[in-house]
Amino acid sequence: MHFTKKLGIGAVAAAMSLSMAGAAQAVDLQFYFPVAVGGKAADTIEALTKEYAAAHPDVKIDAVYAGSYQNTITKALTAVKGGQAPQLSVILAVDMFTLIEEDAIVPFDDLIKTDADKEWLKAFYPAFMENSQTGGKTYGIPFQRSTPVMYWNKDAFKKAGLDPNTPPATWEELVEFGKKLTVKDASGKVTQWGVRIPSSGFPYWLFQGLSTQNDVILANSDGNKTNFADPKVIEALQYLVDLSAKHEVMAPGIIEWGATPKAFFEGESAIMWTTTGNLTNVRANAPFEFGVAMLPANKRRGAPTGGGNFYIFKDSTDEQKAASLDFIKWISAPTQAAKWSIATGYVAPRPDAWETPEMKAYVADFPPALVARDQLQYAVAELSTYQNQRITTIFNDGLEAAITGKMSPEEAMNDAQQKADKILKDYR
Amino acid sequence: MNAFRLSGFDYDRALNTVGAWALALVWFAPLIYAFWTAFHPGEYSTRFELTAPLTLENFVAAWNAAPFARYFLNTVLLVTSILIGQFVLCTLAAFAFARFEFRGRDAVFVLVLLQLLVMPDILIVENYRTMRFLGLLDTILAIGLPYMASAFGIFLLRQTFKTIPKELDDAARVEGAGFMTILLKVYVPLAKPTYLAYGLVSVSHHWNNFLWPLIVTNSVETRPVTVGLSVFSSTDQGIDWAIITAATLMTSGPLLIAFLLFQRQFVQSFMRAGIK
Amino acid sequence: MGPLANRTWIHAWLFLSPAMILLIAFTHYPAAVTLFHSFFSTPRGKRPAKFVGLENYETLLADTTFWKVLGNNLWYALGTIPASVAIAILMALWVDSKLKGRGFVRMAYFTPTVLPLIAVANIWMFFYTPGFGLIDQITGFFGFSQHNWLGDPSTALNAVIVVAVWKEAGFFMIFYLAALQTIPVSLREAAAIEGAGRWYFFRRVTFPLLMPTTLFVSVNAVINSFRLVDHIFVMTEGGPDNASSLLLFYIYETSFRFWDTAYASTLTVALLLLLFAVAIGQFLLLDKRVHYR
Repeated sequence: MHFTKKLGIGAVAAAMSLSMAGAAQAVDLQFYFPVAVGGKAADTIEALTKEYAAAHPDVKIDAVYAGSYQNTITKALTAVKGGQAPQLSVILAVDMFTLIEEDAIVPFDDLIKTDADKEWLKAFYPAFMENSQTGGKTYGIPFQRSTPVMYWNKDAFKKAGLDPNTPPATWEELVEFGKKLTVKDASGKVTQWGVRIPSSGFPYWLFQGLSTQNDVILANSDGNKTNFADPKVIEALQYLVDLSAKHEVMAPGIIEWGATPKAFFEGESAIMWTTTGNLTNVRANAPFEFGVAMLPANKRRGAPTGGGNFYIFKDSTDEQKAASLDFIKWISAPTQAAKWSIATGYVAPRPDAWETPEMKAYVADFPPALVARDQLQYAVAELSTYQNQRITTIFNDGLEAAITGKMSPEEAMNDAQQKADKILKDYR
Repeated sequence: MNAFRLSGFDYDRALNTVGAWALALVWFAPLIYAFWTAFHPGEYSTRFELTAPLTLENFVAAWNAAPFARYFLNTVLLVTSILIGQFVLCTLAAFAFARFEFRGRDAVFVLVLLQLLVMPDILIVENYRTMRFLGLLDTILAIGLPYMASAFGIFLLRQTFKTIPKELDDAARVEGAGFMTILLKVYVPLAKPTYLAYGLVSVSHHWNNFLWPLIVTNSVETRPVTVGLSVFSSTDQGIDWAIITAATLMTSGPLLIAFLLFQRQFVQSFMRAGIK
Repeated sequence: MGPLANRTWIHAWLFLSPAMILLIAFTHYPAAVTLFHSFFSTPRGKRPAKFVGLENYETLLADTTFWKVLGNNLWYALGTIPASVAIAILMALWVDSKLKGRGFVRMAYFTPTVLPLIAVANIWMFFYTPGFGLIDQITGFFGFSQHNWLGDPSTALNAVIVVAVWKEAGFFMIFYLAALQTIPVSLREAAAIEGAGRWYFFRRVTFPLLMPTTLFVSVNAVINSFRLVDHIFVMTEGGPDNASSLLLFYIYETSFRFWDTAYASTLTVALLLLLFAVAIGQFLLLDKRVHYR
């Protein structure tokens, strides 16, 4: 039976570099990644890793599928505390402050030596880099990045007498279209809802779309102050609550994130908000014609960014860090980024990736893929603070309390701000 | 129940039969749904039409998507090692409690029973720290170790051992047998039903255990089926019920079949073990 | 005491020690250390832990989430324990009788025991999904409007309780089934001759005879009501606004998501105290009525 301790690859590598000092040897890297399997995403990651390894026989990469984003950060921090940190990992961009506080990662500035490398850092969309940088240093490289977009069912639009090619562009239109799209049967039971903005698990993310459109930022870039009680935030929350409570165009209560694509396919909702990471899934499974659009605007257009960045972990040898950097540079290069984006629907994180022939052919064939990229100019940093998981939990609880009618938006947001202040005051 | 039969049609019995079946259907519903969904294409996960085409594709997809064979092997290794550990440790301890007189025995026994209340499942934070200290994180042994000395097992076996007539081991001792021989030759064989019953409880518990393995394991080589399934069905990109149910059936199938085959024996062993 | 007694003492401890070492290492020691750590702050990165006295407990008392979760957990216990025990008895009585298709019924009752909760929770989630979920499809057929079972704070916890009862009852049934089969048939025949009704017989004969099993099963049910949180991970993540969060889930969140191990220790101490209180209460309540050996 395999009871012996499974040594961290890092430890093995360290031992090897001690015993074989001087001799040329392979660098071993352990790499955690969080994509839902079953789709092409995991296969693509593995194929890319293999491709890199084939070109670099001196580097061995052990790509470990670590589960959801939530599982991956837990696994990575667990490993760090156990002295078995991976060398690199894709983790939520918003977990940057947590990783810094736990002293788990190194800034890329420490590893970068040449001017070319410095240029490389500038190759990414600024909207994505906002969640990668703090205190003048860069801690994460955008990779598996997304942004929420709006999917709509063209058949349902036709049936409701709407133009199937014109999605709602403003908050008012969302309500107006939603009313036409909400269908009731003879007994008054709703058979199709107009809009579905899921609110389970991490409601803050899609809500940040609304708050940004209302022209307010949820937290400062130092990650130590939140803005939850801002009247504009409360107003945005009131709008979200009103969608079901007042306008009755959205199902009441907390709406499950995981069931959302299925609900869209089943015609339970005519419009859904979800991540661009679902683009490939929707394309493969929607039994009707669908469209993809930017989120509607209010005071301005807006959406948060989302998804994961590459991080390099502190507890590695210099060779490993250098090899990790090299791998990240390679996998985030235009050709690879394009491949990754095409396979998953995640947004290729740099402009030049969209200029590659593969990408051009792909968007020509499937123009909705461009929506997320075009929305980036309006995008802002995803909510991220010190003690991020705790702060977002507090914020989520507040949003959920308002959505389920347990508190008024004002009460809920004041309460959340108070709780967040109590925690973040230590970081100011 | 024929003592209660009325003349003619037995309403009472009919009512009970209907009730029992209705409850059985409710209890069976998740499994029925799992079968339906796993064997039909994804679009029929939420629609129950008799004409829906059958398919094995979900099983193929699930099998290819995650290393279920490895997860399954891990679970088997885990469950067996826990079971062996529990049998050995609990037998020895139960024997001491049942047959030896020593100072502080009752106090120690209370200390043991304390674990019925303070289960390792609750002490996840500190046990995790201990595993890290021992360098056992991300090993199958780490999942099993906290459960091997089981108060429930010790208690159960002690009760059984106490019912074994003392004359039997006196006789053996006269013949010059040591404690170990007496334990193995007299006590263990007589307690077979208890072992079987306890084994069932233990296997079904650890086969399903999730939280602790989730915390201590990290890699495909150590994750049991439960953690594998949860990692597999993580919902960042939406739930695909067809594939999840296929994976569920694949991984629980063996235990389900084992129970089907042995259910009569299990119930009888429970009866003989005197767990009541 | 003679030399023989001395040797017995040594033997006893030789037999005991392997189990005791593990028990102490993974039960008594961590329980004690949990208490110890609850008086310190959480170490983070470069900041080491420092002694903070009762500060964590003050936080606990002021933590509205804790009180909500505690209330939830008591409601969860109240919802799962009597229901799962009662259903288990009913199941055992049915399966013990000469029922048509008894084999199938028994298997149906027992299936939840072999299906991992973490996996079936996904299936239950589908049952509860508003609109196209199974429950709404059935109630919709009878003209009821849809209900968001897991997304409504007033039903989320109850929806989770139903799943826990479903999971547990069949397992407890096995114990009752074994106990029922030890009740002599002659008792039943004698009662029938005296014209005792079925309910009367159950109340006066069967139920008292099952009392030791009930004690055993209800101890298990109590423990499970604080231990069984797997389905929360999949179905609600404790939401909406902690409406379905339970103590152990909150401990997990605090420790492995917020990485606040000191506060998690404090919560664990609270949970242990609660368990002790419940156990003592249960002992006082049931002990007098049990004819144990």
